[in-house]
Amino acid sequence: MRDGETKRDVRDTDVDRPALEAALARIWNTPEGLWGALATVDHKIIGRRYIITAFVFLALGGVLAMLMRLQLAQPEARVLGPDRYNQIFTMHGSNMMFLFAVPVMEAVGVYLVPLMVGTRNIAFPRLNAFSYWIFLAGGALLWISFMLDMGPDVGWFAYVPLSGPQYGFGKRADIWAQMITFTELSALAVSVEIVVTILKQRAPGMSLDRIPLFVWSMLVTSFVVIMAMPAIMIASSTLILDRLVGTHLFNPAEGGDVLLWQHLFWFFGHPEVYIIFLPAVGMVSTMTATFARRPVFGYLAMVMALIATGILAFGLWVHHMFVTGLPRLGESFFTASSMAIAIPAGIQVFCWLATLWDGKPIFKTPLLFVIGFIVTFVIGGLTGVMVASVPFDTQVHDTYFVVAHFHYVLIGGAVFPLLGAIYYWFPKITGRMMSESLGRWSFWLIFIGFNMTFFPMHILGLQGMPRRIYTYQPDMPWHGLNLFVSVSSLILVAGFLLFFFDAIRSARRGLPAGDNPWDAPTLEWATSSPPPSFNFAYIPVVKAANPLWEQPDVLAVAGGLRINSRELIISTVAAAEPEARETSPRNSIWPFLAAVATTVMLIASIFTPWAVVWGSIPLAVALVGWFWPKGTPEDES
Amino acid sequence: MKERIVADVSRLSLHGTGSASTTWWGTLGFMLIEATGFALAIAVYLYLMSIAATWPTDAPAPDLLPGTLVALILIASVLPNYLVSQWAEREDLRKVRIGLVVMSILGMVPLIVRAFEFYALKVSWDTNAYGSIVWILLGLHTTHIITDLADTFVLAALMYTRHGRNRRRLGDVQDNAMYWNFVVVTWLPIYGCIYWIPRL
Repeated sequence: MRDGETKRDVRDTDVDRPALEAALARIWNTPEGLWGALATVDHKIIGRRYIITAFVFLALGGVLAMLMRLQLAQPEARVLGPDRYNQIFTMHGSNMMFLFAVPVMEAVGVYLVPLMVGTRNIAFPRLNAFSYWIFLAGGALLWISFMLDMGPDVGWFAYVPLSGPQYGFGKRADIWAQMITFTELSALAVSVEIVVTILKQRAPGMSLDRIPLFVWSMLVTSFVVIMAMPAIMIASSTLILDRLVGTHLFNPAEGGDVLLWQHLFWFFGHPEVYIIFLPAVGMVSTMTATFARRPVFGYLAMVMALIATGILAFGLWVHHMFVTGLPRLGESFFTASSMAIAIPAGIQVFCWLATLWDGKPIFKTPLLFVIGFIVTFVIGGLTGVMVASVPFDTQVHDTYFVVAHFHYVLIGGAVFPLLGAIYYWFPKITGRMMSESLGRWSFWLIFIGFNMTFFPMHILGLQGMPRRIYTYQPDMPWHGLNLFVSVSSLILVAGFLLFFFDAIRSARRGLPAGDNPWDAPTLEWATSSPPPSFNFAYIPVVKAANPLWEQPDVLAVAGGLRINSRELIISTVAAAEPEARETSPRNSIWPFLAAVATTVMLIASIFTPWAVVWGSIPLAVALVGWFWPKGTPEDES
Repeated sequence: MKERIVADVSRLSLHGTGSASTTWWGTLGFMLIEATGFALAIAVYLYLMSIAATWPTDAPAPDLLPGTLVALILIASVLPNYLVSQWAEREDLRKVRIGLVVMSILGMVPLIVRAFEFYALKVSWDTNAYGSIVWILLGLHTTHIITDLADTFVLAALMYTRHGRNRRRLGDVQDNAMYWNFVVVTWLPIYGCIYWIPRL
């Protein structure tokens, strides 16, 4: 008998196709009901749940934005008082950055990466399940606190000394800091899973130069997460320590430093925006190729640009600190590096343009969002190069000019590709198409509404309107533009509402999609829509970079995996030669239980440091339960 | 789509070791995260030192004895750790069991000395920023010793059950040994930082 085998082992080549699918479904399916929902380790179910949750947070953040616009539409308005306004802009930023933007990009990766590399599940599936519950707990912590008038009010970046023990009263800043712990833990876990899935679980033959560009973008992003998030973990944890047990890291009176906070925060904070941007870039490459009907021009240049962006991202952070009084020579370095990062971004834009120029573009909704992305992101990039200059930034720092800049790059650079990606991959996830006509309406409302809302903010900033003010006096020249911005935001909201309406309606009543409605080249389109729990009946074997275009009618596959236990193929890092079979864990309730234990420990530690000591006991029990073998075929091999 | 079988993977062994194991890569990923955290903590130490008038601030340099003892104990533990890893690779279950018990006991010794080390710092975490950062550095490393030791206890117990005779569990033993090496190696720069930089 072969290694690890028992007499009852059945291979996928031993049975015919219908029996194969039935057998695989039996061992890979998630049962219906509550237990199935809590215990599933299927990356598609978890990915879908992550995406939906992130979009709920997007909607909530949008409500906060509309409240701000309502307040700012008139001078000296009384819709919101100053304390509530401080909580709202802090919540808006924190929610959008930590609960929407990063998680949604991770989530799309969680859903798509295993399918695109041709494997059955993400690496460390139970950790994946755990990371979703932790993300949800962090979001709940933040929003429930806000509902209880305990929301953080110190800006999404929580600068000391305002957030420190001397000025930050109550537990508001601690809520913020611990929310960080939840969301960063979740993102770090997902990043390790994605790196290992991409490096070790690729389909045989999918060498490094045949990996889809979206997968490359998730690989680079995951490394950026791994290297950047420890900085904010340290920052937020030491903030809690300063506030709770009397450490002095940020207390100048005892040798600490307030700029230390800014360095730690922005060392994470700048890579953070690339964590959001790079997956979006991968989505753009994917959609451009499909709708231009040719592979993206300059694959090697695109990969190098992704890697260069990821590395350069760590060298920019001081541009957030240009007005803190740092030495001029040091600041000049960061001006140069902040401008330099426009080079890989520019290379990518030119490659996409070349692809569209040389291809035969089909202007379906996803491609409209791609073009909207190019226009909007480039504008944001131009103002980015402007604020990279120290003298210019000295004028516009903390004004609405910066607000305009980052919304152009974030909404243009991340949200537009994301919306296009939803239209693009919705058929794969749900088996149904979204509406092409509603998609066009949604795109134009969002594109026009966005520009009408945010472009005037450049002017408001140059006219001196500061950020984070809850109101302004009538003798300031800002009333007209603020009113215009607030009314325009209704157009933007209408576009988003139409998008949500379309998505919800199409999930039940959209046209059936079939396996590959866009005639796209990557592996996720080689299986049904939605994919079965086991992704592929046989693991694909890949001979080129765009498998479904190079061999449209027949999918080359590998046989020989067992079907009486969950099994997948491990392949080498560079050439993706198969080197081992590996088992994949079954559904388990332990990740959920461990997440509950972690949540209790982390929330309690906002109030007392002893929570870490006592709370680690149930957590240890849950982790032992998680890892202790259960006698399943996968455990015993 | 029609499928055509072009490769047969049935002869591949189940559960690779080393770089053919996903948990090995996961351990490496975790090491990268924690190493980045340690490096940043040392950077914070150096930053605070660079803006301080005197360093250490309002405190003598920490006592050398406990920290150096911990360093020596950890370095000495590398040999039995290496042996356990080798025995796991050779699938010698009996030796692995003994080795894990030895590592469990051996892992407790640095923790006992570490308790004295906190006193040897001769400053409290709430005295000043210097006190805060040295306690944080020491506390971070201590957390890693505790968690790896807990992992070693659980593995030792596990290898005595019927689940122990299994290549995946032996792979877990190797990964745990690799992580212990990481715990030892990361102590060295932190030791240098806490004990020797003030003496420069």
